[in-house]
Amino acid sequence: MPTAPTPPHVLTYPELVKIIAICGAGIGTSEILRVNAVRALGRLDIDAEVTASDVASVAAAAADAQVILTSAELVSRIGATNADVVVIDNYFDLDEITAKLEIAVG
Amino acid sequence: MTYTLPEPLPDTAIALRVEAEDWRAAVRSVGSALEASGCTDASYSERMIALVEEYGPYIVIAPGLAMAHARPGPDVHASGLAVVTLATPMPFGHAHNDPVSVVIGLAATEADSHVASVAALANVFNDESMVPALAAARDAVEVRQLLSGGASAHDAETDADGSDAAPRSDLS
Repeated sequence: MPTAPTPPHVLTYPELVKIIAICGAGIGTSEILRVNAVRALGRLDIDAEVTASDVASVAAAAADAQVILTSAELVSRIGATNADVVVIDNYFDLDEITAKLEIAVG
Repeated sequence: MTYTLPEPLPDTAIALRVEAEDWRAAVRSVGSALEASGCTDASYSERMIALVEEYGPYIVIAPGLAMAHARPGPDVHASGLAVVTLATPMPFGHAHNDPVSVVIGLAATEADSHVASVAALANVFNDESMVPALAAARDAVEVRQLLSGGASAHDAETDADGSDAAPRSDLS
């Protein structure tokens, strides 16, 4: 698809954005979310490292993450973090993921 | 590139229009399909249920779709997936995506061994017509047709934007 104009604020971001997708077991739904987050970031023309993890290890995994992607049910399990916690309702809705990532990363 | 599911699902991994009395029964149905197709033992069903009891219905990741799974363990003999459709859509308690009409069961022998399959599922289900199409499927042949190319054939935008190539590269 044609390259969308990059929002100017993204250009000022100094480092590679680190994003973590979280689920209960770290093998199923977080991987779906990770794959679609990569697609959404491609739409936004943002370079980012996106990994998948589970809530039990999120504290270590998310220590230097800017954004945590997860579902509403898991937010309370994440604990204290400096990352923006972004709730995704539909893991397959690239428009939703793109819009929410644009706000969180921008 | 486009991910494709590694092999067609066997008939034993597919159960259609299952009568389930509650969400636990629905998850057990997909656990039975995983067991019947040789992926897991019966205890895996209970572990999938336990994950929801612990963390809530977060496995309902899109309208009408639950993706039941649990961690790798000794009761997982092979990575794989199973598909169950419900005769009556079933509430799982999710705020946005209830009721569930399609339950996918995932099993993995190691934490990352089935990632390619999961990525393929992401491709398939990014087509929003996939859940209703699966829910209406009348036989296993139709399910296999839908999973093996229904979405990528329709979802031209996703395939054309080039971002599909990225997911694998950032793992290493």
